Amino acid sequence: MDLKETLLSSYLAFDAQDGPQRKLQDVRAAAIEVFEQQGFPTKKLEDWKYTSLRTLTKTNFSVFPKEEVNLKLEEVKPYILQDVDTFKIVFVDGIYNAYLSETTHDGVDVCLLSAALTKRKFAPVIKKYFNQIAEKEASLTALNTAFTKEGAYIYVPEGKVVEKPVQIIHFATDKNPNMILQPRNLIVLAKNAEIQIVERHQSLSSGATFTNVVTEIFTEQNAQLDYYKIQNDNSEASLVDSTFISQQKHSHAKVHTFSFGGKLTRNNLNFYHKSPEINSTMKGITLIEGKQFVDHHTLVHHAQPNSESHQDYKGIYAENATGVFNGKIIVEKEAQKTNAFQQNNNILMDDKASINTKPQLEIFADDVKCSHGCTIGQLDEDALFYLQSRGIPKKEARGLLTYAFANNILQSVQIDSVKKRINKLIANKLGVNIGFDV
Amino acid sequence: MAYTEEELKKELETKEYEYGFYTDIESDTFPVGLNEDIVRAISARKNEPAWMTKWRLEAFEKFQQMDEPDWANVNYEKPDLQSIAYYSAPKAQVKYDSLDEVDPELLKTFEKLGISLDEQKKLAGVAVDIVMDSVSVATTFKDTLAEKGIIFCSISEAIQEHPELVQKYIGAVIPRTDNYYAALNSAVFSDGSFCYIPKGVHCPMELSTYFRINQAGTGQFERTLVIADEGSYVSYLEGCTAPARDENQLHAAVVELIALDDAEIKYSTVQNWFPGDKDGKGGVFNFVTKRGICHERSKISWTQVETGSAVTWKYPSCILKGNDSIGEFYSIALTNNFQQADTGTKMIHLGKRTKSTIISKGISAGHSQNSYRGLVKVGANAKNARNFSQCDSLLMGNKCGAHTFPYIEAKSKTAKIEHEATTSKIGEDQIFYCNQRGIDTEKAIALIVNGFSKEVLNKLPMEFAVEAQKLLEISLEGSVG
Repeated sequence: MDLKETLLSSYLAFDAQDGPQRKLQDVRAAAIEVFEQQGFPTKKLEDWKYTSLRTLTKTNFSVFPKEEVNLKLEEVKPYILQDVDTFKIVFVDGIYNAYLSETTHDGVDVCLLSAALTKRKFAPVIKKYFNQIAEKEASLTALNTAFTKEGAYIYVPEGKVVEKPVQIIHFATDKNPNMILQPRNLIVLAKNAEIQIVERHQSLSSGATFTNVVTEIFTEQNAQLDYYKIQNDNSEASLVDSTFISQQKHSHAKVHTFSFGGKLTRNNLNFYHKSPEINSTMKGITLIEGKQFVDHHTLVHHAQPNSESHQDYKGIYAENATGVFNGKIIVEKEAQKTNAFQQNNNILMDDKASINTKPQLEIFADDVKCSHGCTIGQLDEDALFYLQSRGIPKKEARGLLTYAFANNILQSVQIDSVKKRINKLIANKLGVNIGFDV
Repeated sequence: MAYTEEELKKELETKEYEYGFYTDIESDTFPVGLNEDIVRAISARKNEPAWMTKWRLEAFEKFQQMDEPDWANVNYEKPDLQSIAYYSAPKAQVKYDSLDEVDPELLKTFEKLGISLDEQKKLAGVAVDIVMDSVSVATTFKDTLAEKGIIFCSISEAIQEHPELVQKYIGAVIPRTDNYYAALNSAVFSDGSFCYIPKGVHCPMELSTYFRINQAGTGQFERTLVIADEGSYVSYLEGCTAPARDENQLHAAVVELIALDDAEIKYSTVQNWFPGDKDGKGGVFNFVTKRGICHERSKISWTQVETGSAVTWKYPSCILKGNDSIGEFYSIALTNNFQQADTGTKMIHLGKRTKSTIISKGISAGHSQNSYRGLVKVGANAKNARNFSQCDSLLMGNKCGAHTFPYIEAKSKTAKIEHEATTSKIGEDQIFYCNQRGIDTEKAIALIVNGFSKEVLNKLPMEFAVEAQKLLEISLEGSVG
């Protein structure tokens, strides 16, 4: 049975179960229909031209976990930010793990979507925001909607600045091998609210895992979002991350994506501007090797005047790794005085590595400043020679230069702990001791 | 009081297509419709050898299995291929020794177009092979070219007289199955130009061809084949104008360039098909497949100025097969009113140390949509390949759109690829500066657009550059304040 059929038949069982999903019956029924019609995206679709899900759809994934798994802190310590006080929402094989988590309802709601779906006091928020910005016609997003049950729920009320970052962590374990995980996150920032979030998906299993996560984020007027995605999974884990951000006036949403590993990683990052004077920032470092594959699809939809967006993605591809970047900027005719910038720089380290990039602009307004730049190249031979002539071995010299290439993305990371962690990951990956902290 | 924006707009809107006229020459037209018999009939009418008929029929068979593509960023009503006549030739099919013998109606047409054959001959030193509705009626300077061994004639003539060259190279760069319109063209092409430059010959003059769609309801399917043998050089010019008509006309040409070792081909186009009126009614559909192949150390350079057509769908490409070969693409695409253009290039790097340059300037005004779509592909064996691309768009008003779809695929770690794109408008300060110095707004816009397009205009041969500059001015005057 191929994965589509498995999912469709599992849906029937899922739909019959008692649980928080009951509340969303109509939404889910509509969504599964979309998925049933479209199936998994194929390379024939423009958006999936370079990304094949074939091996995934041939794998026998299961939708329901066989058992609830308790993890010891020691087992997962490396994957959780320790040196900073945070709220944590931790899931193991798709099930909430209270022991590792630290949630709150004190001034801000950091809890579970399942709770938000069932408790009456959250009903107005769910009604107003749930599934409002997620793309209804995208088959994988629809698939996630159809299986909505669990995920992170964060609501920051008006004027509240959340004092510590929130970590959202999903673990996959050996106890429930070959799981397809479909977490659904809903994050709402009311007027003048501020929050920092770190999201991570980690497989502890040697078997295949497939995560199809959808995150909806709403930043109301003047809200500030600072979001970090750390993707450093093992070579059997695949991730499709679809994030939809709806922004209101004067809000600023920043998303950093660090893609350091995984069998297949696909990021769909979408920003929608709902009123004027909005700022969107998306940055990313991709550093992969082996047969890893990372695909970044970004969309910024400028629909209102006086907004700006900044994109900066750096990619370093070694061995047989493949990278895809597709950045789309749409400027509607109402969106005069838009400033939209996009930059994508790539380095291919080895002959078998490849990169496919498509920085795309669709512009309907005339009074705008839009630019995109894209390069593919190598480390500067002269710079390398310079370092070597000063007694720095070639490997270290290459490491330093590569590090420098990616470094300006790190500059804008606001959480020190995250910055250190990424810094260390990059140094490890490059096999060099950077010898200094950022 | 100076010219106001309103006045400018009005003038532009009422400005009729300058070349919108229709010559009444009795044409020998086939019945409308498309089927195997028509393909056979075209081939028979042109006295083609059996291999050519077979080649056409195979193409037609493939064509029937294909669907019209719809991935381009354009919207139009798909032409009904069954309502087109696939062959029309001016009746007077005698070969002329001098211009006096040519149908005076035809001569008048040329005059309105501004191509006086005599004048052209004298002033520009250009050999003009005029294609008027499919059949070549006048060829000049043939003797001069023949001395050097250069073959420059219509493709029908080439099929008769140089079958070995045609058979070897036709479809070599653009296979019949390449795409829907290439397959259609392969099956029903009526005429076109053929050019062969022998080894080591530097073609002494610019070769040029003027195409026109004339007969009502006639689709025009030209086929151009340019072969530059080892170490040769040729500069080829192609220019188009078409009469105004309300129903859409289809133009699906195929151009193949072959640059053998150390050869260089420079191919320049000024395209000014009828773009439709200010309400978007009528206009030509221009669905063209153009591609060149570069062998060792050879060079192909495409330069195009696109100001016409209701819908343009065109990607002159280079396959850089040989080591050290060079591909260039310089383009200005200007759209106004309801025009739609989806144009760009493909640079396929296969050989080592291959280089390509892409400079694309898009100017959109009115309600038009202008897209750049390009592919830069570096194969795994293309060591030290180099590409530089620059796509700039200029927008006038908020009713038009500018789009960029650059695809970049690199499979070699030694590849160096740069892509840059910007979108902007004409600055009020720039216009103000010109106004201040006594240059009116209309002139100022022309000046700025010319400056914006200069990098590409500079690449055009002299006689084309002047025409192109004029075209840009005509198409743009007053489209913005």
